[in-house]
Amino acid sequence: MADRITLKVTRYDPGRDHEPGFQTYEVPLRKDWVVLDALNYVKDKVDGSLSFRWSCRMGICGSCGMMVNGEPKLTCATFVSEYMPGPVSVEPLKHFPILRDLIVDISDFLEKLTKVKPWLIREEERRVVDGEYLQTPEQADTFRQFSMCINCLLCYAACPVYGLDPLFTGPAAIALAQRYNTDSRDQGTNERLDILSQHDGIWGCTFVGDCTRVCPKHVDPAGAIQQYKLTAAKEWIKSLLMPWGGR
Amino acid sequence: MAGPTEYLPKTFRPRVSTYWWLGRWSYLKFILRELSSIFIAWFVILTLLQISALKRGPADYVQLQEWLRRPILVALNALSLFFVVFHTVTWFNLAPKAMSIRVRGKPVSNLLITAPNYLAWLAISAAVAWLLLRG
Amino acid sequence: MLDVSSHDVLLVGGGGAGLRAAIAISEADAGLSVAIVSKVYPMRSHTVSAEGGAAGVIHPDDSLEEHIYDTISGGDWLCDQDAVETFVKEAPEELLRLEHWGCPWSRQEDGHIAVRPFGGMKKTRTWFAADKTGFHLLHTLFQTSLKFSAITRYDEYFVTRLLINDGCVQGVVAIELATGRIQAIIAKAVILCTGGCGRVFRFTTNASIKTGDGMALAYRAGAPLKDMEFVQYHPTGLPFTGILITEAARAEGGYLLNKEGYRYLQDYNLGTPQPKPVLRSMELGPRDRLSQAFVKEQEQGRTSEGLYGPVVYLDLRHLGEKVINARLPFVRELCLKYENIDPVKELIPVRPVVHYMMGGVHTDLNGATPLKGLYAAGEVACVSINGANRLGSNSLPELLVFGARAGRAAAAFAAGQQAPNRRQILAQALDEETRLHDQFLQKSGGRERISTLRDEMQTTMEKGAGIYRRGDLLTHTAGKLIELQERLGSVTLYDRSHVFNTELVSALELSFMLDVAECITHAALQRTESRGAHQRTDFPARNDERFLAHSLVYRQTDGRPRTEYLPVTITRWPPGERVYGR
Repeated sequence: MADRITLKVTRYDPGRDHEPGFQTYEVPLRKDWVVLDALNYVKDKVDGSLSFRWSCRMGICGSCGMMVNGEPKLTCATFVSEYMPGPVSVEPLKHFPILRDLIVDISDFLEKLTKVKPWLIREEERRVVDGEYLQTPEQADTFRQFSMCINCLLCYAACPVYGLDPLFTGPAAIALAQRYNTDSRDQGTNERLDILSQHDGIWGCTFVGDCTRVCPKHVDPAGAIQQYKLTAAKEWIKSLLMPWGGR
Repeated sequence: MAGPTEYLPKTFRPRVSTYWWLGRWSYLKFILRELSSIFIAWFVILTLLQISALKRGPADYVQLQEWLRRPILVALNALSLFFVVFHTVTWFNLAPKAMSIRVRGKPVSNLLITAPNYLAWLAISAAVAWLLLRG
Repeated sequence: MLDVSSHDVLLVGGGGAGLRAAIAISEADAGLSVAIVSKVYPMRSHTVSAEGGAAGVIHPDDSLEEHIYDTISGGDWLCDQDAVETFVKEAPEELLRLEHWGCPWSRQEDGHIAVRPFGGMKKTRTWFAADKTGFHLLHTLFQTSLKFSAITRYDEYFVTRLLINDGCVQGVVAIELATGRIQAIIAKAVILCTGGCGRVFRFTTNASIKTGDGMALAYRAGAPLKDMEFVQYHPTGLPFTGILITEAARAEGGYLLNKEGYRYLQDYNLGTPQPKPVLRSMELGPRDRLSQAFVKEQEQGRTSEGLYGPVVYLDLRHLGEKVINARLPFVRELCLKYENIDPVKELIPVRPVVHYMMGGVHTDLNGATPLKGLYAAGEVACVSINGANRLGSNSLPELLVFGARAGRAAAAFAAGQQAPNRRQILAQALDEETRLHDQFLQKSGGRERISTLRDEMQTTMEKGAGIYRRGDLLTHTAGKLIELQERLGSVTLYDRSHVFNTELVSALELSFMLDVAECITHAALQRTESRGAHQRTDFPARNDERFLAHSLVYRQTDGRPRTEYLPVTITRWPPGERVYGR
């Protein structure tokens, strides 16, 4: 194994640059180093001005998503040695506006997430003294997968629809809506459907399926969206056949 | 002290290249599936042409069939068949994604959801083949 | 120019405690405007990393009394017993409330909440959501918080200072990271929910954002930090990343080996090696004893020298791939995915790593600090329920119970307050803006590197204020920290950009950490006894006569710490020998 590898890293300072460019750094190559460790090496020892987000370094906080050799990756779970002999390109997540170097503006996602009402909706809330809502392990299993989303946004970087049309609600937000829809304790499916059956909601999805492929937590947003389409279609037919039947 | 203009957030939004779909097989596949709709439309037009020729009488129908034997049209139809099959297969493979069926709390395996689709396809194709080939 | 906005209650930090407090305020009075100011998006907060679970009495053969006793004895009698009682009583409701908000707690077949056993708890009372309890708890709180329109979020704003007027905390100065704009955010009450400070040490499970910001903010504003000398270690962390290898790996039969391949724990009065794991013996001995044994091995030169310092090995190979995959899949996944080690074939290098701060900003049962208008909850605070040693699975319910209490108390306080005097406050904010520019952004000619100072701080803390402490070493560390404080004055920033200047953030975090490190060291030096997580080789015994008391560290005018003591509140449980739970 060679003992060094070259990183090709996106640099962009909006105060100085018209558009992003690349800067290369040579870093030590170690078996246990992930791309994030290499970036931290650069920041600590070579160039303190390189900016990127990170926190937990164990794949759960969702901060450190970047494009590594063109693929959306959690940089804390991507070993540099996989890219031997290099160079490894590290770029900000695709499809988001770049704020600075490897940092993108994700406020759009947070607005979308809020719009799909990702919280438990009840017609009548139970009092705490009355204990928990009962839920069998099987019922809990139906939404567990969707509840694993860490909001790392790799799926948005993989989704060409979001790239072409930033109004599209996008994979993670829809998967989280579906997480509550499929929770036996929730009664808000129709409320969310009104929002998501609009043009920019689920129908934007053309099932490329890359969101599911890149998801580090196996959430399967593509599946969530297709399930949602089916529900929406059924509701539409129902309302066509029984226009008088209130939901 | 710095003036306010210095603090305006200025982000860079990279342009999506016109050829973005060439870079990755899954994107290409997606574009091909979108494209398949054109060929499906062609099959619909073709069917309409056949019906109208039938209505005008045997001579017209034979003429249409002659026309369809031209290499360019054979090629077009072969290509269309490819796209229709492509569309069908991707559509069937999608079914288990859209339908999360559970029996006694356990999710039903993808194969069990996909297989009936293919079986139905096979059965209908066989029926059509029988209708066409028996005489 | 300086930007100003104002709210009724402002929270610094958007992790579990902050979000719980924000919701509590909105539920108490929907008319109050709430601000969450956090240096990261709330769902990135460190609560997300907690794996084990949350303790709350729910099982029919469990009782509040027993949870209280486990907590107090586990804390080596340094817990305030009234606080523990309140905590234990309110924990189950808080956990249920979270269930009502959608938290996917693991269930029994009949649909009720499932609980599991946990180290130190003598009854089964730990609620869990698979092995990602903290993650689910945080995301449930965050998603629930989205429905309250009175909550305004200041995501990715770094708070640099508390604003105080007339002895009352009335807001903060913060840098909007995306633009570099320095902003004054005024509020009638401020709640600190910034978590711990594990990054003061070199080997830690804590995320990179755990830099003691809230502790330092309160300390600089004049509030005392309590029981800072109590730092909890976890005996088996991965040396490089600090990733925790759960106790389960040892419970399933993993061995701890020194560099000679010898199960060294047998030399430390922890039983004799058996092929199968035995409760409370050898590898399943108490956490702190295991960590201490590591230090002794190191002193005798029997640890291995890894890339990142001395390590011992956790050996799972004899369990075989099948058992590891079936019983410890998460352990294998963590090793493979984040450190490129396969426990089926390789030894896992491990060492004790800093896990949790028992100490923090001194508060009462309602999260109120001695500073008017300032509250604190979660790991940043010390109520204290954790005493000299926290029990596993008490920290998640703690941030819920005291997050909610602090939220309600701050809401009530804010409702009775006049709008702050803007002019006074803005003068302070302008001062802070000038300081930031002079000290960091526009200064040139310094020669120090942030990472160098940080490394030196972590090294000296490990040496002096680590698992074992000794007077002379602590004194040396205290001196070194003063030197580092001075050198911080000549630090150079390479980054002069306004936009997302993470180097500026690192510099500010380092200065916070140095303050906190000084407090830890000072309190540890003053406490000439051994209790719980604080072990002095020169004073190996517990001394209830002098030290059944909380240390309170105040900042003096020269910037150096001064320690006072406050008696522990004892209600019904007189101090006894500390009994180790499993």
